[in-house]
Amino acid sequence: MIERDDSVVVTAFVRLLAPTIQLFGLYVLVHGHESPGGGFQAGVILAATYLALALGLGRETLDRRVNERACLALAAGGVALYVLTGVLPMLGGGPFLDYGELPLPVDAVRARYFGILFIETGVGLTVAATIVLIFCRLVDRDRPS
Amino acid sequence: MSEPVVAALLVLLVLLAVTAIRASDLLPAVVALGGYGFVMALTWAAIGAVDVAFTEAVVGAGATTVFMLAALLRTSRRRSPAPERLRWVALALVLVVGLAIAFVERALPPFGDPAAPPALHVSPRYLEGAVPETDTPNVVTAVLADYRSYDTLMETVVIFTAGLGCWLLLRRHEPR
Repeated sequence: MIERDDSVVVTAFVRLLAPTIQLFGLYVLVHGHESPGGGFQAGVILAATYLALALGLGRETLDRRVNERACLALAAGGVALYVLTGVLPMLGGGPFLDYGELPLPVDAVRARYFGILFIETGVGLTVAATIVLIFCRLVDRDRPS
Repeated sequence: MSEPVVAALLVLLVLLAVTAIRASDLLPAVVALGGYGFVMALTWAAIGAVDVAFTEAVVGAGATTVFMLAALLRTSRRRSPAPERLRWVALALVLVVGLAIAFVERALPPFGDPAAPPALHVSPRYLEGAVPETDTPNVVTAVLADYRSYDTLMETVVIFTAGLGCWLLLRRHEPR
């Protein structure tokens, strides 16, 4: 069982750090086209904020903020978003995962740009939710569920 | 990045790995493993693989360390010593595989060789195509998410399956 840390420095710092890191995670996600990073890294960064919250503020804080079934749904939703981005081009007669054929009001090159953004978002959702889920299960021992 | 820096990082990697293996208390071993992930990330960055460095930093140095710590909370900090015979088998195995890798390594083209087969065949196609075809200056993202999208889709499915497996296996056993 992870208890809340006694030090006010730790708890205050974690509270301050978590939203900042989350903002950085979102930046990594949407800026993956131009700079290092992308969905996977962004997902781990977002999940890491919940890990930090749990380590600093205790397991109860994590329980209040995270619903395991919602996490499972988000993880599945990420895969679904990826597959959907792959299937949508097929409606227009294109091959699976050919983002150039996505039904968007932009030209094919820009559509590919957005296709990459969609699937990166899907990857990020799945990775973030999965890591939080595994962590929840790992630290869960004497919690009545 | 200069070669002495990479060499120093590699030496540090070996030291951290040995520390992680030798520690009798598993908590320092896990911390050394986290340090190993971080130095590995620095090494990737030093040889120019920034995206891999990023992943290694967040996963190898970050998430894995926390997972290991959580696993230690559930189990024990003490290491159970391996049986004597098994250690010799392990040493022999490591030596054979290590020598095989060292032998095969000579057949690989030099690092960063522009005339190496992979640099001549598909890489130029991706490098030239990424911006005009996908509007994505970061070629790594273009390759992962567009040119090799099937791979990434299956990787995402693997991650989801791993999470689902952990969720089901680590459930508390409720008395019926």
